[in-house]
Amino acid sequence: MRSINRLRAVSVLALLILAAGALVPVAWSDEPETIVRVTARKFEYSPNEIRLKRGVPAIIELTSLDRLHGFDCPGLGLRTDIPPGKTTRLRVVPDKSGTFPFHCDVFCGEGHEDMTGTIIVTD
Amino acid sequence: MNSKLDRRQFLKLAGIGGVVFASGMGGFAEAAKTGTVGKDFFFVQLSDTHWGFKDEKVNPDWQGTLKKAVAAVNDLESPPAFIVFTGDLSHTTDDPKERRNRLSGFRDIAAGLKAGNIRYMPGEHDASLDNGEAFKEFFGPTRYTFDHEGVHFIALDNVSDPTSSIGDAQLAWLADDLRKLDPETMITVLTHRPLFDLYPQWDWATRDGAKAIELLTPFRNVTVFYGHIHQEHHRMTGNIPHHAARGLMYPLPEPGSVPKKAPIPWDPAHPYKGLGFREPKAIAGKSIYSLQEYPIR
Repeated sequence: MRSINRLRAVSVLALLILAAGALVPVAWSDEPETIVRVTARKFEYSPNEIRLKRGVPAIIELTSLDRLHGFDCPGLGLRTDIPPGKTTRLRVVPDKSGTFPFHCDVFCGEGHEDMTGTIIVTD
Repeated sequence: MNSKLDRRQFLKLAGIGGVVFASGMGGFAEAAKTGTVGKDFFFVQLSDTHWGFKDEKVNPDWQGTLKKAVAAVNDLESPPAFIVFTGDLSHTTDDPKERRNRLSGFRDIAAGLKAGNIRYMPGEHDASLDNGEAFKEFFGPTRYTFDHEGVHFIALDNVSDPTSSIGDAQLAWLADDLRKLDPETMITVLTHRPLFDLYPQWDWATRDGAKAIELLTPFRNVTVFYGHIHQEHHRMTGNIPHHAARGLMYPLPEPGSVPKKAPIPWDPAHPYKGLGFREPKAIAGKSIYSLQEYPIR
């Protein structure tokens, strides 16, 4: 009975590790992480073009100067809210190259729909 | 979900009390058992009127297009059972006073529609900056249900929360409403944004829309009508058809067809191109709609 319980415990632990891996877009690597700081405010990101390298870990550090904004880059599976007064970090290791648009997905005012940018991932 | 059992239990309990319950349900209960429409009817879906939008290059007749649509609906051979506006009645403004001016201007024109009943819903342009406060002052609740000829209509609000979420409270409200229905009931969901991920790159999605679809999926006769994307579009998620309607101010490009989403400029050779409204028709004994699209001319 004890060995069955141990087996169950190991299985649950393995599932938890797998689930955590699926939720956080981080891969372990010896490469130093690139840090890209992005400021959000009505109705722009600065910078609105982010350059990353495929396979190189990066941290996108986001702050808002006015109100709640969003950062959504579906092509790379990245999204977060950016509440004002707080620094929000997204860790990413791009696994593909290309140009991936991002946008604010929290409706923030008259210029909301122009609040966009791109992440360019090169080899 | 165990809606059939719940409803049977309820019927059994109601049976002890007798006739009052049955008469209260009227023809709806009878039609709901079969999942079909009780009697032929059609309604009209109008969407994305964006009253207050001003850009001559996109729509030089920005003050006249909605009035043309009202006239076209009034000219239909027979009047619709009711009319639904699926959101973005007004165009965004950060000024709360101007927002009310625009909603008021829209309401005055919509009042010219010859229909027994007009149902209004908010879009993000109307409601996301004040959580639907101004919309409610003019048009009442942002979510509601009603029944017509055996069809159960559910208006879902996925815009008053600026994160484009339906929210746990509304999902619980939806689950509670569905619990009372037979799985065969013909259900029609009205919403502004698509409930599924149509093109999240352009914000054409609802953050927790999958949860609503999950609640609706056990029902066999569900149809969703929505707006937001300013073009006719049809998509199935499992057994549920979703139909987007054209707008009445400016068309938008097909999802992903251009790098950046922006209104399609006015074509003087084809004025009002891409603008229009829809007539979903329900036929007695059937459980799906036939759709008729009308252009603005």
